[in-house]
Amino acid sequence: MNKNQPLLKATKIDKTFPGVVALDRVDFTLKAGEVHALLGENGAGKSTLIKCLTGAYHRDGGDILLNGETISPRDTLDAQGLGIGTVYQEVNLLGNLTVAENMMIGRQPQRWGMIQTGQMNWQTKEILSQYGLDIDVAQLLSTYSVAIQQIIAIARAIDLSGKVLILDEPTASLDAKEVQMLFGVIRKLKQKNIGIIFISHFLDQVFEISDTITVLRNGKLIESVATVNISSIDLVTMMLGYELGEETKSKEHDGVEREILVEFSNFGHKQSIEPFDLVVGKGEVVGFAGLLGSGRTETAETLFGVTPHDSGTATFKNKSVNLSSPRAAIANGFGFCPEDRKTDGIIADLTVRENIILALQAQRGWANPLPKSEQDEICKKYIKALDIRPTDAEKPIRLLSGGNQQKVILARWLATNPAFLILDEPTRGIDVGAHAEIIRLIENLCEDGMSLLVISSELDELVAYSHRIIVVRDHQHIAELVGSEITTNNIVEAIAADLNVDNGQYELKGVIS
Amino acid sequence: MMKSRYLPLIATCLIFVLAYALCYWQFPFMLSTRVVGNLLTDNAFLGIAAVGMTFVILSGGIDLSIGSVIAFTGVFIAVVLKETSLHPLVVFALVLIITAIFGGIMGAIIHYLEMPPFVVTLAGMFLARGIAFVISTDSVPVKHEFYTFLQDSFYRLPGGGRITVIGAAMLVVFFVGIIIAHRTRFGTNVFALGGGIPTSKLMGVPVAKTTIGIYAISGFLAGLAGITFSLYTSAGYSLAAVGVELDAIAAVVIGGALLTGGSGFIAGTLIGVLIMGLIQTYIIFDGTLSSWWTKIVIGILLFAFILMQKGLLLAASAQKK
Repeated sequence: MNKNQPLLKATKIDKTFPGVVALDRVDFTLKAGEVHALLGENGAGKSTLIKCLTGAYHRDGGDILLNGETISPRDTLDAQGLGIGTVYQEVNLLGNLTVAENMMIGRQPQRWGMIQTGQMNWQTKEILSQYGLDIDVAQLLSTYSVAIQQIIAIARAIDLSGKVLILDEPTASLDAKEVQMLFGVIRKLKQKNIGIIFISHFLDQVFEISDTITVLRNGKLIESVATVNISSIDLVTMMLGYELGEETKSKEHDGVEREILVEFSNFGHKQSIEPFDLVVGKGEVVGFAGLLGSGRTETAETLFGVTPHDSGTATFKNKSVNLSSPRAAIANGFGFCPEDRKTDGIIADLTVRENIILALQAQRGWANPLPKSEQDEICKKYIKALDIRPTDAEKPIRLLSGGNQQKVILARWLATNPAFLILDEPTRGIDVGAHAEIIRLIENLCEDGMSLLVISSELDELVAYSHRIIVVRDHQHIAELVGSEITTNNIVEAIAADLNVDNGQYELKGVIS
Repeated sequence: MMKSRYLPLIATCLIFVLAYALCYWQFPFMLSTRVVGNLLTDNAFLGIAAVGMTFVILSGGIDLSIGSVIAFTGVFIAVVLKETSLHPLVVFALVLIITAIFGGIMGAIIHYLEMPPFVVTLAGMFLARGIAFVISTDSVPVKHEFYTFLQDSFYRLPGGGRITVIGAAMLVVFFVGIIIAHRTRFGTNVFALGGGIPTSKLMGVPVAKTTIGIYAISGFLAGLAGITFSLYTSAGYSLAAVGVELDAIAAVVIGGALLTGGSGFIAGTLIGVLIMGLIQTYIIFDGTLSSWWTKIVIGILLFAFILMQKGLLLAASAQKK
């Protein structure tokens, strides 16, 4: 085989889902012995591309060449047989089987139809020893840590496939030491000329381990570049799609002294967000910026009691309040529109009316049902105010478009008349026209004196409506921008800061997640 | 903590030994080969059916059709022997083929139509019971010299106890079941399904073949349990063995298998069956207690085991963090 021939070459891959172009003529080339990082925010097309490569999806157009031959994997098993193995963040092995059974299932050594357990265990030990693992393979897989399970999964994938290894967020649940252990394994595989596709939100890890970086955004290939030739700022800029120096808007500090509505001090949750202090004034919009997985959503969930805080206190209108569950938070006048409408927000088969009155009814208690006439009145009011279409409140909500579903959820919380409303990605997955409407709505609400906390990846939108922006990274609140400091430039710089790139020496301290 | 998966089995064995010790303390005669022999004979059909149920539960499923299949088998054998001159062995082979196919079809429906096992086997339960009624609504006695021969054959233990043909059959079924579950690829695949079907699929486990195989085994063993029951009672009756599937599930759970699948032992089920038999024997020995006390004690034991399983799961997840 020609040494310079790429191991895996995908050209002009197209994939369309109803209403969405997930991949638009994307090229991707992987060389043998290379670690190739694939980056992009949610919805950029990373996972779609991976699924096309592993046969989980069938591409609509384009070619995939493995060692110069066109392949069309039917499913992941087929791809595995061709030489493309995948290891997911959630280890896809069986915790209730032993390590050896996981490694050898379907190909256990047999004699007279009986498994030769001793030989199976010995073979597994041989395979794992190549990865520096010396463990009791007769134990259940679930008795080992996620890091070890991860390495076992890699060993299995390599043993079965042996050409291309796709690592999908392999480090998401590992600690720093375990990450280094995993990287040791990856470096060994590189020497064996295996091509590795590495997907991660941890940019410092990407800089540490990868040779090449490919960035996707909105289903398009943005750039494919050698890791040594790119700075962290350029990388973040490519991922988010903002040119530095391009200004959206610079707002003067409005100078209004706001009455403090909620105050959190030393508020946090061990596994999801470092303790932080946060003050929100009446009628203020606080924006949360950060990359996917940085701790934005975790902050919101901790505030709302979805993952109850385990440190710190909260005061609401100068009174100490209990925020240990969503019920408690609602009782205190909080509202929360979650990020994933489909799973956390709407109840698809209920009607628009039922979805709208849900939170209000919960607040009143089941013994005190809302009269139908009042329900109808509330629905009519919000359908008109938010311009929800179609206007028929008795339609099942699943028939509405994404933007209108989002408005229904907003209406649900507005109906409870909250003093403090948390919006997580209010404009995700809705069309551009609806974006503007949602933004106008946010501005109106805050003029009416409601306090809002908005999480968004759309930096220019955040800049447009926020009075204050908190930048979150690595599960910490790292910067606060006020007034004229609020620019997309400053946000991008804050996200990328501390990712020091000096002569190829990458510091491990500022983990972007 | 490292052998936590053996803990339920150890607990089951401990309960059995304790219970037996208690019985022995009150009625020293309980520790005789006669009682042991009868324990095996009386519970043979339940034990055999419970082996099939163990496979099903290990894979994360459930089979509610077992009791009905036992009744169907009994009626089928009795009627065919009465109406035709076929040798009982031929009839046995015939009925085992029918019940295995019956189970296999339920497995295929569960897999290909992605139906919950609970519903599919519930339908199977009504179907098998209904067919038994269609064949005969009366209790049909079995009179055949081969039956008398089998019933009179036994191995005499020192002390006068008897290992009957059906008692021995149960022990053989348990032995073969242990080999299949713990020493074959098929057995590993059964455990894999119990661990998670989507993951098993990704790992290349032949899910369809395994699912159909599991329910075919369960159907086959229910048929064998039916033959055993017919030898035990010398009759076939369409109202017989009502609720045996629930006794079998209880035996499997008391035997230490996780009801959610993926963890357990065939050997544990044997102890589970014996514990249930022991309680019944104790009540017979006592003579004053109502036989419903069996149900009460089994109920308490089941609760205890479910609590223990939950506790073990919590302990395991706490240890991980």
